Amino acid sequence: MMDWILQIAPAFAEAHAPALLILLPMLAGPIAAFLPGGGRVAWIMTVVVTGLCTLLSLILLAQVRSIEGGAIISYAMGGWAPPHGIEFRIDALNVLILLLVSVIAFLTSIFGWPTIKAEIADGKRAMFFGAFQVCFMGLLGVAATGDAFNLFVFLELSSIATYVLVALGSGRDRRALPAAINYLLMGTIGASFYVVGVGFLYAATGTLNMADLAVQLQDVGGNRAVQVGFAFILVGLGLKAAMFPLHQWLPNAYSYSPSFVTAFLAATATKVAIYAMVRFLFSVFSLDFAFEGMSLALILAPMGIAAMLACSFQAIFQADIRRTLAYSSVAQVGYMLLGISLGTAAGVSAGMFHLVNHALMKGALFMAVAGAVLTYQGTRIHDFAGLGRRAPWTMTAFAIAGLSLIGVPLTAGFQSKFALVSALLESGWWWAALLVVFSSVLAVIYMGRILEAVFFRAPANPHKEHGEAPLLILVPLWILAIANIWVGVDGGFVYGLATDAAEALFIGGAS
Amino acid sequence: MLEFVLERGNYWAIIGLMMIGLYTLFAATNLIKKLVGLSIFQTSIILFYISLSRIDGGTAPILYGKDAKGHGGGHDEAAGAHGAASEAAHGASDAAHGAADAAYGAADAAHGAASHGLEHVYSNPLPHVLMLTAIVVGVATLAVGLAIVVRIREAYGTIESDEIRETDLEVARAEYAVDQADEANPV
Repeated sequence: MMDWILQIAPAFAEAHAPALLILLPMLAGPIAAFLPGGGRVAWIMTVVVTGLCTLLSLILLAQVRSIEGGAIISYAMGGWAPPHGIEFRIDALNVLILLLVSVIAFLTSIFGWPTIKAEIADGKRAMFFGAFQVCFMGLLGVAATGDAFNLFVFLELSSIATYVLVALGSGRDRRALPAAINYLLMGTIGASFYVVGVGFLYAATGTLNMADLAVQLQDVGGNRAVQVGFAFILVGLGLKAAMFPLHQWLPNAYSYSPSFVTAFLAATATKVAIYAMVRFLFSVFSLDFAFEGMSLALILAPMGIAAMLACSFQAIFQADIRRTLAYSSVAQVGYMLLGISLGTAAGVSAGMFHLVNHALMKGALFMAVAGAVLTYQGTRIHDFAGLGRRAPWTMTAFAIAGLSLIGVPLTAGFQSKFALVSALLESGWWWAALLVVFSSVLAVIYMGRILEAVFFRAPANPHKEHGEAPLLILVPLWILAIANIWVGVDGGFVYGLATDAAEALFIGGAS
Repeated sequence: MLEFVLERGNYWAIIGLMMIGLYTLFAATNLIKKLVGLSIFQTSIILFYISLSRIDGGTAPILYGKDAKGHGGGHDEAAGAHGAASEAAHGASDAAHGAADAAYGAADAAHGAASHGLEHVYSNPLPHVLMLTAIVVGVATLAVGLAIVVRIREAYGTIESDEIRETDLEVARAEYAVDQADEANPV
């Protein structure tokens, strides 16, 4: 089904797709930052670059799927053979993340122009797009690389660009600045913890290549240094992924950054960190290590459940829609971690499936909020009252994504929660399955509050007579909303990708 | 016991520095001091990596003496280079040297592989290279952090994080009060 792209793609793009995917935004970002024209040229360039990256990801997907069970593409950077050189290693797991990040980046950058025009000062727009592309490149790099230290560099590149992007929200609300500095402090601690952990692994094995690490660790598995390294890596990546008690940076960062940045980050940034965590848990380390089984059962599972419950509760009591959605994001990360913590192929594939679906729904939700903010100002639930009649197209898409977030049948959220619950039951964790259902009820409450205000309350401010969000916002928004329904009705394709990804980890990951 | 502690002096120093950095980061209210704490924390990690790369009796990782000659190739040729180096010591010309390289390469590969055929002991250069990257990343983070602090000073008139929180809380309370008033008597 994917073969058509291999037939039309030029040969060099197929041979060098992993490198080009990173190089394009890496080179285009700094150029975009200095383009004239009040940011319009830089925006067009960003759309083109993210579009090309989407095509490259599709090429990679076709290549990986060309073999039954998933091929592994190993690309030696600069021709230096791994494990000494830096390797880009694409398998069924990270091709899914690459595709997700680039598709979301493409859609958000199309949608971004009207909101950026409204929220970012004239002279800063070109640089804004430059920073966005660097952030995008970093996320792709984290997903693509097969080298543990290289992953740190990409993680920090994307994070530093993200701090800048969040801080630029100060044009709309000055609270973006403290949010950005908190994110910077927490994010840097996370990345530093990760690097300490990698240092311990390097000391124990003498290698940084992930595939090589997996082999070497089998020999030194019980070593104290390896255990300490594991703990540091888990906490470091947990901070980046907003794992439950380490999520304090997230709500403010999502609430006050520019709408465009929120939509992009909510759909991608924590997802990439979760990918890195999964990669380390199942590819580099393996379930053969006793300490890993323990940390899955005693840390990831309780933290995932705590996130599901505590943050869903917190989401209920927020007055600001973006904060509600941000807390809900932390809760959704809890679902993913719970799936991963099962340590079975079914659990991990449910986690990855929910990861993709969550990107689709949160992307759509934040886009719809951005569209409403653009025309009506104000992000409190109070400001959204009665918008269902004023802007039916924007708000219908919002409602579809909201129902998907709750997990109503025929939406993407239902499919992945169903997969998660069946994986939990398969492992005999019926109590966790009950808690998943309970936390979905909490989601009904917090989304219900918003939807009630939007559709059934009288307009808060009858004097504002703006209509719909502009077409540039509506088109990507509806693409995501329809994707939610499509996955909900026929989840086979995305679920197949997620299953392939999980199987790649459990069968071919270590070799 | 004492020996155990003293032998690992570098690690104790690193742990100490790391804790000082983290404590400053959490305890200071001044944002600049927080960033200083962050830098100390990152520096301790750099020291950690550097002390990992140290090898007893090792010198700076620049090939010298006999090791330096005939060492033009990549990593895999290190074994062969040893044979070439001992030949070169007899004053062979470059051309002869090339031939010797090929001849000795095969013979030396077996016993030279373990020690890489080097005469001197060198520190491991890789952690140094990694830390060069980490230093650059740290500098970039610090620069962005300081730039944001400047903006915070412009927007809030203070760089004390608790005062900023106080101001934000007041704004939030005011917003909440407006909301409640609106709910009570809708337009």
